[in-house]
Order: sequence, then C-alpha cells, then structure tokens
Amino acid sequence: MSAPTIDAPHSAALDAAEAGGVQMITFTLRIRRFNPEEHPEPVWVDYQLTMDPKERVLDALNKVKWEQDGTLTYRRSCAHGICGSDAMRINGRNRLACKTLLKDVNPEKPITIEAIKGLAVLKDLVVDMDPFFQAYKDVMPFLISNGNEPTRERLQSAEDRERFDDTTKCILCAACTSSCPVFWNDGQYFGPAAIVNAHRFIFDSRDEGAEQRLEILNDREGVWRCRTTFNCSEACPRGIEVTKAIQEVKRALVTRRF
Amino acid sequence: MSTDTSDIELVSSSQAHTGKGLGTGNPADEFVIQPPRTRSTKTPRRTRTNFEMLAWLFMRLSGVVLVVLILGHLLIMLVLDGGVSKIGFAFVAGRWASPFWQGWDLLMLWLAMLHGSNGMRTVINDYAEKDSTRLWLKTLMGAATVFTVLLGTLVIFTFDPNI
Repeated sequence: MSAPTIDAPHSAALDAAEAGGVQMITFTLRIRRFNPEEHPEPVWVDYQLTMDPKERVLDALNKVKWEQDGTLTYRRSCAHGICGSDAMRINGRNRLACKTLLKDVNPEKPITIEAIKGLAVLKDLVVDMDPFFQAYKDVMPFLISNGNEPTRERLQSAEDRERFDDTTKCILCAACTSSCPVFWNDGQYFGPAAIVNAHRFIFDSRDEGAEQRLEILNDREGVWRCRTTFNCSEACPRGIEVTKAIQEVKRALVTRRF
Repeated sequence: MSTDTSDIELVSSSQAHTGKGLGTGNPADEFVIQPPRTRSTKTPRRTRTNFEMLAWLFMRLSGVVLVVLILGHLLIMLVLDGGVSKIGFAFVAGRWASPFWQGWDLLMLWLAMLHGSNGMRTVINDYAEKDSTRLWLKTLMGAATVFTVLLGTLVIFTFDPNI
C-alpha cells in the first residue's frame, strides 16, 4: 500500500478529509537509530510528521523512510499483523508497528520507537533474530509420531484441538521473548515464544514427542526460569495467554513426576 | 532495506557475553548495543536432572509453610503477652524447653535459610555476567547458608538454660 506523499495525499485520507472526518495531526516520531558504520552509539532522532491519527505506526515509519530519510532500516513484510516482522518497542512497550494506531500511542508527546530488547541490534530497528529462532528450533516445533503413517488424516476431536488452540496463534514476532526480563539477562533462556511453540505440540493429542520436549524444558534454561512477570502475555500482539501456557508446561512437568 | 542478515554471523556459538562484538569481521561487531548473552547455536548440554523443578517446587511449598511459621513467630514475639518487652534469656529458655517450639524454630530456620538462599541463587544467576563471578557468589552464599543453618541447629539442640 502507498503512504501519503506531500503532493498526492492518501486517497482514503483525502476522501475522508473532504467529508470533514479526518483531523490531520502533527507529531514527532523519536526513533533510536543505530548505524555502527557511522556512530558507535545509538542516537535518538526526531522526525516531524503530519498524518491521520488513525494510520498505523508502520505507516509513519514508511513515511519517514520514503520521504525524509531513506536510510531508516526496519523489517516489515505483510503489514497486517501476520508475518511478525515488525515487532518493536513503541513508547516502551513491545508491539507490532502494523497493528498499532498512532492515536493509541499518545501522539501529543513524541512517540519513541526502539528495536526490541535482548537481541543484538544490527542496524536501527533490525535485530539479530538467530538466537530467538535457535531456541524455537531447540524445542522441536514439529509433529513427532512413532509407528506407521496413517493412510488418511490424523483425526482429532474438537476438544483435543481446543486444548492447544491458543498457542497455535503464535507468529514468532519475538515481542514476548524480547519483553521478558529473564531473557534480557540470560540469552540462554528458551524464552516465552519457544515455550509457547513447545506447548502447541506437547498438548497435541496426535503428537508423541511430548516427553522429549518436556525433558528439554525441564532443564536449567527451561520453564523454571520463568517467574511469571506477565510481560510476555502483555506484549503478545496475538493475545496468546503466554504465561498461562508456560504454567501449563510447568504443571505437566510436575504432574509427570509426582 | 538492509534486512538481509544471512551473511552476517554476529552470534557465534558457545561464546560468552563479552559486551563487545564477537570478532567476525562485521563492522557491527564492534558496536553491538546491549548484547544479550548469546544463545549458542547448539542446544546447551542437558543435565537431565530435576533439580530446577525441585527447587521451584520447594520455593512454593516452603513459602506456604513459612507464612504460617513466621506470622506465628511474629505474633508470639511482638504482640501477645506484653510484646517485645517480655523477650529475654528466660523467655527463650522457657520456650526452648518444649520440643514443640524447638521444632518450630528449627523448621523455620531451615526453611527460611534454604528459601532465601535459593531465591538469591536465582538472583545471582540473573545478574552475574561472568561465569567466574557467578561461581564465586554462589560459593560464598552457599558457605554462609551452611554456616548459619548449622550454627542455628547446633544452638537449638545444645541450648543449656543453666549457662
């Protein structure tokens, strides 16, 4: 989609403006820029923008990149809250830029935008996601089953499907893991996202690898490092009850032993 | 958009957090912001013990017991029967004459010390950045815990009111 330019305003915004519905606002976007080739330290840079407050933070970033400073670097792909590319810290909270409306983050004050915490920043808002995906891979996020393959679908009752429905919603945006204070201090911790994806298979009636996954999460850097700060549940743009999922894995571990 | 990081090997395996880049020739290495302790590309070696689970369970269970023990202790010491003014050698001697209060205090000592030091252990795990610092802090704390627990136990069992 195209963002508004100075000469040719966004048609939807223009239509609404003609109808008298849109109040354009002028606000400041304060972005924590980092380019190691230019400056060793990150710097906060302010950008003045005039936009419809019902547009999204991602639109504002696009406007900066396309009209003011093409060197601004960030990830975005689908722009509709599904691909999970544009998780960032907006006004100190992890959100998806494409699901956050400007009016919801108080545009009267400068809107601060930083890269998510706990992962190495490569440039501006782009972080190195490798440690995050390594933790994800380590919990074996795929169906494990023994015996012969069935000749038709692996059937499952609606109740059995419901058991892990919440954790199927994960889009791996890292908003939860990078909001977790344990992960900030200890990058070896699996982090909420990996545990959520382990939960998705541990409680799947068709899966037979639960024991292996529980064993992995029973270790030093597993679920026992979680101390229920609920930052992850608050950060999740998909509304997954992350902390609850982690607690369910803990309960499964305890009841497995006793 | 320079989002392609495929040729940037910023996180090397098995290297501890150094606060600096990891020396792979990438200019970003020198100036990594707030670097996390890197997760190694290999799964960490499994310990295959239930220690963390038992420690976690112990915290929950001892916490519940400690609420009763400590609130009861505070009530007796500070509120009932004249409050702090009554506490003296004779008062303690009188209480420890009964095996029930000996047991109460012993249990409180052990649970509180283990509960507290287990909590400190997680704090040290969180905040110590170097493995050697972590080891030293945990050793010191363990020694202090063992000393306190043993001394307290010794006193409770060998207490002589006629001293």
